[in-house]
Amino acid sequence: MSLWRQISRGTRTLTNRSAADQDVNDEVAHYLDQATAELIARGLSPDEARRRARLDLGNATAVREQVRSSGWENVVETLAADLRYAWRRLLSSPGFTAVCALTLALGIGASTAIFSTVNPILFEPLPYPHANRIMMIWDIFQGERSDVTFHTYREVKKRSHSFDALAAYEGWQPTMTGVAEPVRFDGQSVSSEYFRALGVAPALGRDFMESDDAFHGPNVAILSDSLWRRRFAANPQIVGRAVTLDGDSYTIIGVMPRGFDDVPASSTEIWSAMQYDPGNIEDLRSAEWGHHLRLLGRLQPGVSLDGVRRDLSTIARTPVAEFPRPRWASLHNGFIVDSLQADVTRGVRQALLAILGAVLLLLAIACVNVTNLLLARGAQRQGEFAMRSALGAGRSRLIRQVLTESLLLSFAGGALGILVAENGVRALVALSPPGLPRVDAITVNGSVFAFAFAVTTLIGLGVGLFPALHASRGDLRTGLQHSSRQTAGSHQLTRRALVVAEVSLAIVLLVSAGLLLHSLNRLFRVDPGFDPSHMLTMQVQTSGHKFDDLTGTGAGSALRRQFFAQALEQVRRVPGVSAAAFTRLLPLTNPELDIYGTHFEKDQGGFDVFRYVVSPGYFEAMRIPLLRGRLLNDHDLEGSAPVTVISASLARHEFGSENPIGQHVHIGPTDRPWFTIVGVVADVKQVSLADSQLDQVYITPAQSWFADDVMGLVIRARGDAAALTPAVRKAIWSVDKDQPIVQIATMDNLMAETAAERRFALILFEAFGLVALVLAATGIYGVLSGSVAERMREIGVRSALGATRGNILGLVLRQGMALTALGMIIGLVAAVLASQALVTLLFGISRLDVVTYAGVIILLACVAGIACWVPAWRAAGVDPATTLRAE
Amino acid sequence: MNDTNTDVIQGTLDMLILKTLSLGPLHGFGIARRVEQVSQRVFKVNPGSLLTALQRLERAGWLDSEWRQTENSRRAKFYALTRTGKKQLEAEKADWNRRASAIARLLKAEG
Repeated sequence: MSLWRQISRGTRTLTNRSAADQDVNDEVAHYLDQATAELIARGLSPDEARRRARLDLGNATAVREQVRSSGWENVVETLAADLRYAWRRLLSSPGFTAVCALTLALGIGASTAIFSTVNPILFEPLPYPHANRIMMIWDIFQGERSDVTFHTYREVKKRSHSFDALAAYEGWQPTMTGVAEPVRFDGQSVSSEYFRALGVAPALGRDFMESDDAFHGPNVAILSDSLWRRRFAANPQIVGRAVTLDGDSYTIIGVMPRGFDDVPASSTEIWSAMQYDPGNIEDLRSAEWGHHLRLLGRLQPGVSLDGVRRDLSTIARTPVAEFPRPRWASLHNGFIVDSLQADVTRGVRQALLAILGAVLLLLAIACVNVTNLLLARGAQRQGEFAMRSALGAGRSRLIRQVLTESLLLSFAGGALGILVAENGVRALVALSPPGLPRVDAITVNGSVFAFAFAVTTLIGLGVGLFPALHASRGDLRTGLQHSSRQTAGSHQLTRRALVVAEVSLAIVLLVSAGLLLHSLNRLFRVDPGFDPSHMLTMQVQTSGHKFDDLTGTGAGSALRRQFFAQALEQVRRVPGVSAAAFTRLLPLTNPELDIYGTHFEKDQGGFDVFRYVVSPGYFEAMRIPLLRGRLLNDHDLEGSAPVTVISASLARHEFGSENPIGQHVHIGPTDRPWFTIVGVVADVKQVSLADSQLDQVYITPAQSWFADDVMGLVIRARGDAAALTPAVRKAIWSVDKDQPIVQIATMDNLMAETAAERRFALILFEAFGLVALVLAATGIYGVLSGSVAERMREIGVRSALGATRGNILGLVLRQGMALTALGMIIGLVAAVLASQALVTLLFGISRLDVVTYAGVIILLACVAGIACWVPAWRAAGVDPATTLRAE
Repeated sequence: MNDTNTDVIQGTLDMLILKTLSLGPLHGFGIARRVEQVSQRVFKVNPGSLLTALQRLERAGWLDSEWRQTENSRRAKFYALTRTGKKQLEAEKADWNRRASAIARLLKAEG
């Protein structure tokens, strides 16, 4: 009842203020009348009675005000009035308002966007129960992580007692046939405990069981939720149904839950059991002894990272007879064990932390800038506050007004900041380099936004309070007389310090951006070893049992070679194709690499090399220059003498300045006839533009000791390469419509992709650097303008005493440039320290690259110069007579 | 004017208003007069405080108000006690009595 009354009366008063006022006025008037009437009744004259009654009542207006100001609606009304006033104030200086709101928006938005991106990748636990217990276990080869063999997995599984579940897995790209077009899926072959190690069970059907993973076990598969929805129309009856994968019938036994993220291999949509033969120990050339499995384990509760490391290193150091180990799986270097999260983020961690650091700098600059702007404004408003104080505004009233204004500004900045953050996150995801894990988990992080918003708002409130406190505390007369001269001194000092801070922060960001830009330029100037223009690339697979070669007749392999040869013939006939060739390894991609040892007849030694099986015409299509001898041609067939073309680097390593032509070498197995070196070609970048890498050997498919099942197709187009895609696919499928074609990309795209991570970092740093530059310039400009405005009188006196325009200009410029210079010195020291965080992202330049530092200094000096020039010019234009008269 | 303190004791104005209205509806001036008369001019009610207090008590639901004709046919805002107002008066009276007797005892003990 009472609350209802409060609300209804208050609302009535608010919605009909004049009626409510009339009510109060009437009541007061009636009171006065009654008092007067009573006094008259006591015998006073009417005039005297009215006078006495008024005296008695006190100030009628004050009474009315007193009555009016009770009730909650008056608080609302004051707030509304404050808001209206604040709005008018902000609109009256649109420049200040826009700069403040935009600065806040950029600071809040950018830091929220970046943190939202980095958080799920680096900081948030992975989306599994007790995710910190999930470990990756690697063999070690030349100090680096290396895949494990099946028998190593078997040994660890049997001997280690640290794990609740231990699983091996490897990539599997099955092709589904029996549908309109053959489709290839990204899949994983896993051992039975894979999903238990991650701690997630299928939503539909069942998990893999040990019997599924037995040698020659049943063909079973589990689907991801997205594949189930996309290809199987989310059919709830899917479990038990059969699909044809790589020519075999697989039974679908389960569907993973929606939102399940297979972090170890995030594009995976289908899983099957890997079914290795645990009995196949003798045959050292078998797949069971190959390094192609990854190992993933869930620790038992209570086992620490150190504990499991000790456990596994003990196992590695003490071989047992039950588990024999060949030389390449001897485990004599032990294992690398790390949490899954640390493992999947190890490639991007440095870059992300550097970016996070950069955005924190940006947030700091934004805060500094807003502080600066508010201080400047506060100084200008000292007079206003003194005036309002003199007219009777109480301290709390002034503070409330200032708070309202600051909050309004913060909310405007925050609202824009949300826009910046939303779009920023979207842009970041779109820009993100291909290796970035957990991209699907990136969304705008509300708590981070709240944090950034709170920080900037508190700064706004804190700084905004200064002038109000000063005005309400201070001596009104001083305030009114000369607005702010005493306080201007201390404010100016603070503001100068802030400008110095801003300049130095900007230097750090600009130097970082400069170093990255320089690196990327260097990177793109690296010669890939071929001509990437107008090139279309794709992977062509052979799929189906007709290509199997289990019987050892070689019929399947012959069919495979025949398919690729025929497909190539068809592709070469496509109009617009000027040249085309197959290659086992496509430069600038990083598939499972074909690495083999070479063995030269000359010294019985050799190197690890990339084995390029290429169709004749490959060098011509790629425009890889021939340095010596001849290229491979159509006469290098199965029956003729085996020949090879080697890369310049291999020739140099093995033969120095000698002529390698005619020399003999084994590539891979040594029990075959020698390959004769017939030519030397230029080096080609295989993995990425940045990495130094292995040497290369080239042989023809006909002369290889086995037929590859996947080949890269490179096509040189006469015009637009990407436009050829449909025609090329049609040409290949005209030979056999069941063979999948995947990973279609232009060579330009592949080039860009190898630099994607650096480019990602660069774009962000460039954006931050630019914003920092603009903010620093605003800061310098703001401080100098304020200073000029406050020193008008002094400047007037100076010019009255004979200072020339040049003198005045120099005076102001010197002041501004001195601040800039100081900021630069501090900034350079900080930049040198900060550049350490960037080292892994740099390419081809030192982190102390002089050109970059010098460039940044010149850029900042120019921008600062412009920011100083404007107020200096204004100061120089001061007419002494006017200013002196104005005082 | 003598310097006798005629201010209403802090915090008791509400109770005085409620008590006065418990005898029947009155307008603001009437309440002020009645308090002064009954207290034999010990208390003098400040009109500003009175009208503010009336508004507050009405909001609290202890009073109802109504514009009515007075005996000399003027319009005046009359206040009347509500049921919750009566309860409130009882509560305040009990509280006041408890405190007043405590003060009386203290003063007696000192004397």
